[in-house]
Amino acid sequence: MENPYLPYPVRIDNITVETEDRNLKTFKFVFLNPEHEGRFKYTPGQFAELSIAGKGEIPIGIASAPTEKGFVCFTVNKVGLVSSHLHNMKVGDIMGIRGPLGNWYPWDQMEGKNVVIIGGGFAFTTLRSSIIYMLHPENRPKFKEITVVYGARGPGMLLYKDELAQWEQRKDINMHITVDSTNDSTWKYNVGFVPAITEKKITSAENAIAIVCGPPIMIKFTQPVLEKLGFPPERIILSLEMRMKCGIGICGRCNIGDKYVCKDGPVFSLAQLKTMPPEY
Amino acid sequence: MTTMLFSKDEWGQGLLAVGKSIKVFVPVKEGDFTAFQLLAEETVPDWAYQNTRMSPKSIVYPQSEGMFKYSLEEGDPEANIVKEAPKDYTLQAVVGIRPCDAHAFQIVKRNFDNEEFRDPWWVQRYEATTFVGLGCNEPCATCFCTSVGGGPFGKNGLDVILHDVGSRFLAEGLTAKGEDFLAGLTGGQAAGEKELGEAKDLEGWAGEKITAGISTDQLKNKVVTQLFNAPFWEDVAFSCINCGTCTYLCPTCWCFDIQDEVFGKKGDRIRNWDSCMMPLFTLHGSGHNPRDKKTQRVRQRFMHKLKYYVDKYGNGIQCSGCGRCVRFCPVNIDIRQVAELMNNY
Amino acid sequence: MLEYTKKIQEIAGRLLSEGKVEVFIGYAKGTVPMMNHPVVIRDSAKAETLVWDSHCGLNLCNYLTKMKGKIGIVANGCNSRNIVTHILENQITREQLYIVGIPCEGMVDHRAVKRAVGNRELEEVIEEGDTLVVKGRGFREIIKKTDVLQRNCAVCTHRNPVIYDEMLGPPVEEQTGVDQFKDVRMIEEMTPEKKWGFFTRTIAKCIRCYACRNACPLCYCPTCFVDESRPQWVGKSNDPTDTMTFHILRAYHCAGRCTDCGACERVCPVGIPVRQFTKKLNKDALEFFSWEAGLAIDQRPALDTYKPNDYNEFIR
Repeated sequence: MENPYLPYPVRIDNITVETEDRNLKTFKFVFLNPEHEGRFKYTPGQFAELSIAGKGEIPIGIASAPTEKGFVCFTVNKVGLVSSHLHNMKVGDIMGIRGPLGNWYPWDQMEGKNVVIIGGGFAFTTLRSSIIYMLHPENRPKFKEITVVYGARGPGMLLYKDELAQWEQRKDINMHITVDSTNDSTWKYNVGFVPAITEKKITSAENAIAIVCGPPIMIKFTQPVLEKLGFPPERIILSLEMRMKCGIGICGRCNIGDKYVCKDGPVFSLAQLKTMPPEY
Repeated sequence: MTTMLFSKDEWGQGLLAVGKSIKVFVPVKEGDFTAFQLLAEETVPDWAYQNTRMSPKSIVYPQSEGMFKYSLEEGDPEANIVKEAPKDYTLQAVVGIRPCDAHAFQIVKRNFDNEEFRDPWWVQRYEATTFVGLGCNEPCATCFCTSVGGGPFGKNGLDVILHDVGSRFLAEGLTAKGEDFLAGLTGGQAAGEKELGEAKDLEGWAGEKITAGISTDQLKNKVVTQLFNAPFWEDVAFSCINCGTCTYLCPTCWCFDIQDEVFGKKGDRIRNWDSCMMPLFTLHGSGHNPRDKKTQRVRQRFMHKLKYYVDKYGNGIQCSGCGRCVRFCPVNIDIRQVAELMNNY
Repeated sequence: MLEYTKKIQEIAGRLLSEGKVEVFIGYAKGTVPMMNHPVVIRDSAKAETLVWDSHCGLNLCNYLTKMKGKIGIVANGCNSRNIVTHILENQITREQLYIVGIPCEGMVDHRAVKRAVGNRELEEVIEEGDTLVVKGRGFREIIKKTDVLQRNCAVCTHRNPVIYDEMLGPPVEEQTGVDQFKDVRMIEEMTPEKKWGFFTRTIAKCIRCYACRNACPLCYCPTCFVDESRPQWVGKSNDPTDTMTFHILRAYHCAGRCTDCGACERVCPVGIPVRQFTKKLNKDALEFFSWEAGLAIDQRPALDTYKPNDYNEFIR
């Protein structure tokens, strides 16, 4: 009988320190059994349980895109027991990943639309996955304008700096990178909080869908900006975090009303959330 | 389907014989309480019991269960790879289970065995189990099975049902599994009209003895966010001491936690019953906790059973009316009263 | 003791309507025989739901931790001692409280009552003076209350409240000559092997629901050690070692603080005599430090004070 709790064994292939405080690292994993890579078929927006024998599991959004073959990537913030242990692991170490889990951004609904991506801090991971996926030559024609507002506390706290710089150069994506504040005189992008930059840079909700990922405070202040711009709640898409264990809607802890964030989410539209108890 | 009559001696002997090839669990007195125990030669089953203190859910879903094993030994080529723990799915029978507790397994099945995911341990152990129910001649004062789709002689989830007709059991096979179980027993004789009539009478009397009820008819029509914000939760929760008694004793509470435990260089991934009454249940790694207050946790328990489950499955409430939480809540929070509040809100 | 119900209702109604307290904490009659329901009353009209009888065995002080505002509360001997402990440990202030003191003749052990009628199903238990009339399907029996007292009440030597704003009646006579620690001595006299056996057997049924901890007014830590995950002191399964660690540490956390109110034992769903552990420490506190918890508001507890002239040599 298939066991949905059993992780696939993986090897850490590369570790990148993302932020100046060294609290965020991106781990690149390769499956020990190549067959498992085929079974780990995911869509941007999904997550997986990273499993460390002796420590436990943590649910983390998938940062790589399905268009990137041969590996999967996760950017992990050092907060708890498992993530702290993971931060001390080395290239070549063996662990597990279990998934893919949860739902994904509404790609069907996004086709033929302008896509607005709004991200803050370390919640940019599945948004990176989404951008890589959309910019892939096979996929790019499916979407109209792609606009990204991405902010962090300071320049050193941005994730994926090299890729951000590359995207800045491209014509098929509008990048608005921002930091809360900086005294770096060479900083050439925006300064200001994400909601303010969103208000300044996004001019229309016409045929557009917005994906918002970030700390609760950012979401709280971005939501009214988007509504003012004319985004109806059905076209504001959010990804939620919750304490999870099983990842498959069975263990019972990550519910909001009758929805499990691990199985029915983590992606919800604002319209859906408005019908659910505000308990997240 | 077969209906047979066994003297209680005969029944006990038959079970002992069956117990040589499968695991048989029977109710046994343990001090002031009764609990299901594995039948052995010296076991004295308590067929006159009302209900067990702990629900028999642990027979399919143990409080603590090893999921996986691993080695952390340096140099072991398989080190750090999580592997399935060996499992024993020997056929087993729960004999004397009360109809409410058998019904509870059906309620819980929707969680563990759904279209997307099947919990391998629950499903395999459930499938290996035959449920031989004992109808309730003397329901407890706190029983309300009849208002949640069951009854003292409810057959939902049972493979065999027993009627205690004085010195004998009338055993009726209800499923193929149940028929097999009865066929494996020695002794017994065909039941006559007289016993069948007695059994019918018992059902009638038992039904009349159940006086407690619970109102649930309006729950599905309620707007979830309104019920969530209802003003009564503060008062409902005030007395709660946030112990997990209600959830651990409940036959329909299924939540669990997953933990890694290491001893030397060997480790296990274990799942343990968990409880929505505990603040740790929803504590994020970041320190944020969406249910950090006891009122939120008490509300979660009742909303899950009486509203979320109703909305999710469209098939009744997540409660089989066994009344354990009513009897054993140390501060007397009574689900029947809370259901009333919710249903009438 | 039954006449107190009327008085409590009157006092609570008066305090609430005069605005002397914002809430009043007491017991209401439960839906199950012998299971009273702790309630908080905010409206004087609801004061009539309050009761007092021999089934008020839960410790209401448990609800006071870090509560805000002016609170009225009923308290018998042990509960009042816990209120003192709460004040000493800065969980509530004396000024916030209006304590309605109740001289207490002991609470009834609901399990003992059930045992006395052969664990038959109870429908009603009526208190009449010193007796309980126990009714069930097809039977009616009369039991003497003193035969079914909670075990802590049977050996209680502080039945009268030690702190109060108003007393409901004249003090009851304190019990003298009771042997408080007979059971502890029995265990002390065992060989280590026997003690180990006793201990493992006693906790074997524990389901780690933590009802004992949660019913205890002393257990108010924001995060209990069993819930810590960094470091994780205790495993979460029902492994005997972890269960044992929980019970031993819980008891030690109550050392010199426990008033033997019996709430822990009353609420245990599997009937573990958890008081056995705390009682040993109460005995030690009494013998080594002449200390009984919560008797005086101006005295620091034995374990959080030091005197250079302590009579115990080991500490000097």
